[in-house]
Amino acid sequence: MSTTTYPTITLSPKPDESEVQLLEVSMGPQHPSTHGVFRMDVTMEGESVVKLKPVFGYLHRNHEKIAEQETYLGSMPYTDRLDYLCSLTNNWGYALAVEKLAGIAVPERAEYLRVIVGEMTRLQNHALLVGFLMQDMGSSGTPLMYAFREREKLLDLFEALTGARMMCNYMRFGGCRVDLPAGWLDQAKKVIAGFPKFLDEYEALLAGNEILMARTQGVGVLSKELAVSAGITGPMLRASGVNYDIRKVDKYSIYDRFSFRVPLGDHGDVYDRYMIRLLEMRETVKILQQAMEQIPEGPIMDPKTKVRNFRPKAGEAYGRIESPKGELGFYLVSDGSPVPYRYRVRPPSLVNLTVLEEMCLGHNVADVVVILGSVDIVLGEVDR
Amino acid sequence: MLGEGILKGLAVTARNFFGSYVSKQRLTTLQYPEERSPQIEAARSFPFLVFDGTDAEQGLRCVSCHICEKECPPKCILIKKSTDKKPDAVGKMQFYPAVFDIDISVCMSCQICVEVCPFDAIKMDVVYDLSTHDRFGGLLLDKQQLAKSNEYYRQIHPTEAATVDAARAVERAKVAAKAKAAAEAAAARAVAAAAASTAGGETK
Amino acid sequence: MNLETIKAEIEANVPGCRLQLVTNASPCAQHSLLLDAEHAVSVATYLRDAAGLRFDFCSNVTGIDWPQREVSEKVKVKKLVDGVETEVDEVKKTIVPGYLEAVYHLFSMELKHGPVTLRMCTQDRETQVHLPSLMYVWRSADLQEREIWDLYGIIFDGHHDLRRLLMWEGFVDHPMRRDYVDPDDFEYEPTAHDDVLRRAQLHAAETGGQ
Repeated sequence: MSTTTYPTITLSPKPDESEVQLLEVSMGPQHPSTHGVFRMDVTMEGESVVKLKPVFGYLHRNHEKIAEQETYLGSMPYTDRLDYLCSLTNNWGYALAVEKLAGIAVPERAEYLRVIVGEMTRLQNHALLVGFLMQDMGSSGTPLMYAFREREKLLDLFEALTGARMMCNYMRFGGCRVDLPAGWLDQAKKVIAGFPKFLDEYEALLAGNEILMARTQGVGVLSKELAVSAGITGPMLRASGVNYDIRKVDKYSIYDRFSFRVPLGDHGDVYDRYMIRLLEMRETVKILQQAMEQIPEGPIMDPKTKVRNFRPKAGEAYGRIESPKGELGFYLVSDGSPVPYRYRVRPPSLVNLTVLEEMCLGHNVADVVVILGSVDIVLGEVDR
Repeated sequence: MLGEGILKGLAVTARNFFGSYVSKQRLTTLQYPEERSPQIEAARSFPFLVFDGTDAEQGLRCVSCHICEKECPPKCILIKKSTDKKPDAVGKMQFYPAVFDIDISVCMSCQICVEVCPFDAIKMDVVYDLSTHDRFGGLLLDKQQLAKSNEYYRQIHPTEAATVDAARAVERAKVAAKAKAAAEAAAARAVAAAAASTAGGETK
Repeated sequence: MNLETIKAEIEANVPGCRLQLVTNASPCAQHSLLLDAEHAVSVATYLRDAAGLRFDFCSNVTGIDWPQREVSEKVKVKKLVDGVETEVDEVKKTIVPGYLEAVYHLFSMELKHGPVTLRMCTQDRETQVHLPSLMYVWRSADLQEREIWDLYGIIFDGHHDLRRLLMWEGFVDHPMRRDYVDPDDFEYEPTAHDDVLRRAQLHAAETGGQ
């Protein structure tokens, strides 16, 4: 038996109301910095936060119930719209879960295609996040637009391959929908070759910036034990110092063929989360360069899997991937019919928000916006 | 020195600002609608029905099999089968859709209808500036509005159309070869029957 | 990660617990352990703290609704047919009562193994819907158990703040249940077919052809 003590729930202590006047403010749901329709009921004593209750459900579209009425393939376009910024990794998570459920093998070229577009999705998501974090701190759009300039190049690549910039609907059970068009790989290599230069410029712009450092260092500290207990995953967990990257742990798809490192943070504050994402972008560029060199020729779909009338045998499966936000898992229960009996999305953004109150207590209201930005939520995933 | 990081940042911003006057890389704004971003071939906006030739009614490839209606995730397609049949590209008599409605305010542009169509009858268009003043009926496209020619399809998706055309030509050639073989066999049988009857007639 | 050895270990160390191994027919072979509600918290704590197991990461907490269903099976019954006792095939119908289920997926961040699936079932779907909350064992169950209460109606005893998560305060039903009927609010149904068409026509008839 270990001697680690697990943290008790820190309910915000009731302050003595006869002495001090508390102000209750509802931040959201329409708010430029809450990353979507998200509301937080913040109780403040002066400027510092005394209590924070997040309110969810403004973007609830009953995705899980719709999936109980659509076929397995018909749910694939709906998964694009879960974390609407990273549609390809959502597709991948769902395809992986169905492949686990039905025991489908994926050909090698399809795995390489999945890794390439999945890692590009990670790149554009992190670029977007660092841009928006700067925006939330008041930089009125300039660093955001520099990040978006690079992101546009990646979105153009997605459009050339899948047909759509964001709602890609590209993965299928047993492979990918369509193969690379002529010239795509060369164009992609050019874009990825230019990425480190953008990252250097971005770091020169901001990493040594005194305002950024004063506003983010020591703010929103998340301890290791609380992070593990609260089920935090993704860059937020690694910023707190826990070495858990599902690409390295589960070794799903062909990630064991690529050499890349997993950056870890020391303090677990907002500055660490921000720097982790910049470092992860560099590691992702390494993975992409390796994958684009090694990609073999071959088929991109498993020939035995049916497109119409796909009926996996009765059973259940939980499949998970390392999406840019954290652990995206899909839990499927099948009863042998063409529609799933139970379809569950394990949303990384929702579970990462469990500790929002703990991180914000004692800080100023302006810090709440910065801390929320560093959690990296997308409401499509939180509310499904 | 305090403020060094901020000065470094300002140098980057200045480089980008002055650089936007000299390099296209740094000035990425397009003056829409006068300038448009280059059309990417694989792009998809909403579905349309393909017809061969010039007559939208006669050349429509759709045979009203209802597969796209069933597979459409948000169920935005409504098809009503006709009661009579008309010949298709290889001459076979097929049903055709009397009503084919797609509500593009519901359509997700997911392209599943294109994937499952066995007759290459429905493909994705690339037009994205569609707007209307009528909220409810204006975005409900019927068969006339959806039907566009194969020429148009070749214009917007050249490589895809070339593949589809090649596959359909192979199909037509197979059917024509079978028909020719059947006709030859029938002619040979007729000749044999005539020879037999004349031979029989002579012996009588 | 043999589930049988884990089950034996838990039974040896948590006295009185009743565990059942539920097999999973799919190729991924992710079998699960059915816990009893009384000892669930002790079993969960043991799984989290035991040296070889260390399941400190509860990744996914979800609910499943199993409504009451009729199972028919053919049985051979001895019956009198024309005065002679013969074995006749008869269809026997049994009613399997409905229940709600909570499923937990556990992984270990320290030892990097998993998943282990735990299940807990309620006794029925109407009144006996209480299950113990595991949020003090794994904090990640906090928001996810609230979601199960909201969408399925399982009441987690011991949860510090069991309110609705996705639906608004004051909403009455539990939407993810299989027998939930969504309200008829058809404004405009352009391409209605099958079930939607029938309901839209009923709705139009009721509201006077709007």
